Amino acid sequence: MTEAEGVRRRDFINIAAVSAAGVAGVGIVVPLVSQMSASADVLAASSTEIDISAIKPGQAIKAEFRKQPVFVRNLTPKEIEEANAVDVSSLRDPQTLEERTKEGKTNWLITMGVCTHLGCVPLGAGEGEAKGEFGGYFCPCHGSAYDTAARIRKGPAPKNLEVPEYEFASDTVVKIG
Amino acid sequence: MARILSILVGLFFTVALAWSFGKGAYTQITEPPAATAEHEFHLHPKEVSHSFDGPFGRYDNQQLQRGFQIYKEVCSACHSLSHVAFRDLKAIGYSDAEVKAIAKGFQVPGIDPATGEANTRPGLPTDYFPKPFANDIAARAANNNAVPPDLSLMTKARHEGTAYVYSLITGYQEQPAELLKEFPDAKTPNGLHYNPYFANLNLAMAPPLTAEGQVTYADGTKATVDQMAQDVSAFLTWTAEPKLDKRKQTGWAVLGFLLFATILGYMSYRNIWAGKKH
Amino acid sequence: MSFPWAKQYTPSHPFMKWMDERLPLPRLVFNAVGSGYEVPRNLNYFWNFGFLAGLCLVLQIVTGIVMAMHYASNTAVAFDSVEMTVRDVNWGWLMRYAHANGASAFFVVIYIHIFRGFYFGSYKAPREMVWLLGVVIFLLMMATAFMGYVLPWGQMSFWGAKVITGLFGAIPLVGEPLQQWLLGGFAPDNAALNRFFSLHYLLPFVILGVVILHIWALHIPGSSNPTGVEVKSESDTVPFYPYYVAKDGWAIGVFAILYCAMVFFFPNALGHPDNYIPANPMSTPAHIVPEWYFWPFYAILRAFTQDFFFIPAKLMGVLAMFGAILVWFFLPWLDKSPVRSGTYRPLYKKFFFFGLLPAMAVLFYCGGAPAAEPFVMLSQLAALYYFAHFLIIIPIVSAIEKPKPLPFSITESVLGSDEGAALAPAAH
Repeated sequence: MTEAEGVRRRDFINIAAVSAAGVAGVGIVVPLVSQMSASADVLAASSTEIDISAIKPGQAIKAEFRKQPVFVRNLTPKEIEEANAVDVSSLRDPQTLEERTKEGKTNWLITMGVCTHLGCVPLGAGEGEAKGEFGGYFCPCHGSAYDTAARIRKGPAPKNLEVPEYEFASDTVVKIG
Repeated sequence: MARILSILVGLFFTVALAWSFGKGAYTQITEPPAATAEHEFHLHPKEVSHSFDGPFGRYDNQQLQRGFQIYKEVCSACHSLSHVAFRDLKAIGYSDAEVKAIAKGFQVPGIDPATGEANTRPGLPTDYFPKPFANDIAARAANNNAVPPDLSLMTKARHEGTAYVYSLITGYQEQPAELLKEFPDAKTPNGLHYNPYFANLNLAMAPPLTAEGQVTYADGTKATVDQMAQDVSAFLTWTAEPKLDKRKQTGWAVLGFLLFATILGYMSYRNIWAGKKH
Repeated sequence: MSFPWAKQYTPSHPFMKWMDERLPLPRLVFNAVGSGYEVPRNLNYFWNFGFLAGLCLVLQIVTGIVMAMHYASNTAVAFDSVEMTVRDVNWGWLMRYAHANGASAFFVVIYIHIFRGFYFGSYKAPREMVWLLGVVIFLLMMATAFMGYVLPWGQMSFWGAKVITGLFGAIPLVGEPLQQWLLGGFAPDNAALNRFFSLHYLLPFVILGVVILHIWALHIPGSSNPTGVEVKSESDTVPFYPYYVAKDGWAIGVFAILYCAMVFFFPNALGHPDNYIPANPMSTPAHIVPEWYFWPFYAILRAFTQDFFFIPAKLMGVLAMFGAILVWFFLPWLDKSPVRSGTYRPLYKKFFFFGLLPAMAVLFYCGGAPAAEPFVMLSQLAALYYFAHFLIIIPIVSAIEKPKPLPFSITESVLGSDEGAALAPAAH
């Protein structure tokens, strides 16, 4: 072994040792970062079942799903008509009412009560609340107005109110999530 | 000056201690403390081995499921398991559907959506095991004035907890004649049960597992009292330390890496100090 | 201060020059733990424990911040929130065990660090301030560890809080109001838990501050060494980087292996089972003990069983327990021996190995044992020696002892001769 090779071998060991320390550092960071993500009890938060038998046409209720409000709305024939009358291609987030409801249950509009702008809860689900100029929901924070299919029509929000995953467990019970 | 002061302070403490020592020693000789029944008859937990012993040990899901069955069919009548949720049972090998079915079999506290009054409803996977008694007073009233403790952490809340639970369940016996001879006042009171593995020897809990075949195991294992006691103590070890398998697995990976890194570090240290006598 | 032969920080990159003129932080690091800090070449492995103590502090702060993210300081939910952290939070079990065992690791390291100081006379001039700050750090650590142990609100947490605050009740006149003020009530409850949490989060940063002062004070005279002979010439020292960085580096590896073995395979070995029972103010566990690192002082507290003249036994115990640590503050002035290292002090060495260490071992053992005979009598004898050692034996020994001849220099002690030093006397 020549002198130069000896030096190289020694450098290699030092570099390897420092690299191992680096790997250890990264290894420590992984649990430190991942402990902040949602814990098992939060992820397991169960689905919500809602009894809709008492909601008359034209009424809506607020339910809770994943610590956020869900709007369940029984649309009147007039509201359905208004929603279907809109030219879909003119919308910011083009979707028909059919696409946003379940087949045969077009009158049941179920959406998250979370404005797609910055997350406030829009008005319009409660009795006597302002429904905005399109007759659906109105977000008082920054003036986003949604129509009777909860599609964004005016204001800063980029998307329609989100439709969560749900199914009809029976004619009167909706299971969300 | 400082030294004299220091020696004086030192004498103050040492003389005080010598005084305490002397008086204590004198009392010890003149009035030796009386022996107690607990001191002489209490036994340490039995030796018992489990699949999860030692640094390589892992839980045996089959056994944990059997233990769960014992908890469900025997213990849960009096003991809560409040830190465990039904969803946690997935970790011992139950499927989503099975967990759902198990949860449904328990009634948990709920609220009537129409009236807002307290009622009960079938459990959901996210619910925790319900408590058998509404509160300590109810528990006391139903159990001869003793509160059955929560079992979630029992095996960590006692020395050698797994063996302790096993020993306690299988350790009931007649009060030994020598004990009564030596301590006539220490007769097990009515309603209590003599058990040398319990700290004060007399336990309010009646023997919970008494007969072979008290439960019928789904996996066909013969349900002897010894088997049942082992299984339920294993299950309670899991409820207290659910992350044991992952902990040991991670541990070996970490130790392996550290050993490698430390050897490198040592070589690097030898390198750097080569030729530098110290 | 540094030795004249220490390397100077000379930034070569233009950015580093720019930085050096505005905020010379790299220069500070270079002079503190880099090539600019010259360290005696003959340090043995006991000198690694200072670095390890710093590492433990960082470990505790990092894992502690994580635990605080999931902890709820309310007596109704505190116990459950810790359990929830262990069961549901991602890697929560690791964080909890790392923090709990980290406290033990910190104290193991600190005790070795302190006893290294006792043996090698690290407290002597010109390093008195380093020593005094060190004792302050130890006291702060004890306060922090005590309050941290209360937070999970288990049986030992509760009764530990009750008993330790009860110590203040022993103080004449102000005792009881003081105890009530500390707890914010008659017994430990929500008010106490909340203030303990607040202080448990604050004190580690105070410790960090005092640690910086401790290191600053150390860097004025420079590190001590096993011979106790001051640095005389360039051949006595090596730069901290790379020499001691490499040595500390591999020592960290050994420490990490032992620590991780505890965390991953015996995480509850040093804890008490009773702390897995939620706090119950109506029922005291049969055998209450503090965490193991308090045992020697707890044994001293319990050793005083008799009133001493007009002083009640309880007050004597409290005085002695605090006195046992406070006496360390006076050590630099009680030990007048001009020789630092125990290696060259035959009499002192005997008392250290056959007196102080066994007495500490007995105190450790008895502090964790039940308050019954023979443990109380044993701890009385050990405590008696403890106070005699510091307050009587050390002052007398340092006056009458004949030390062995010291090596001329560090280099001579290492190489057998020191030709490099210009002033080498002829006869050696």
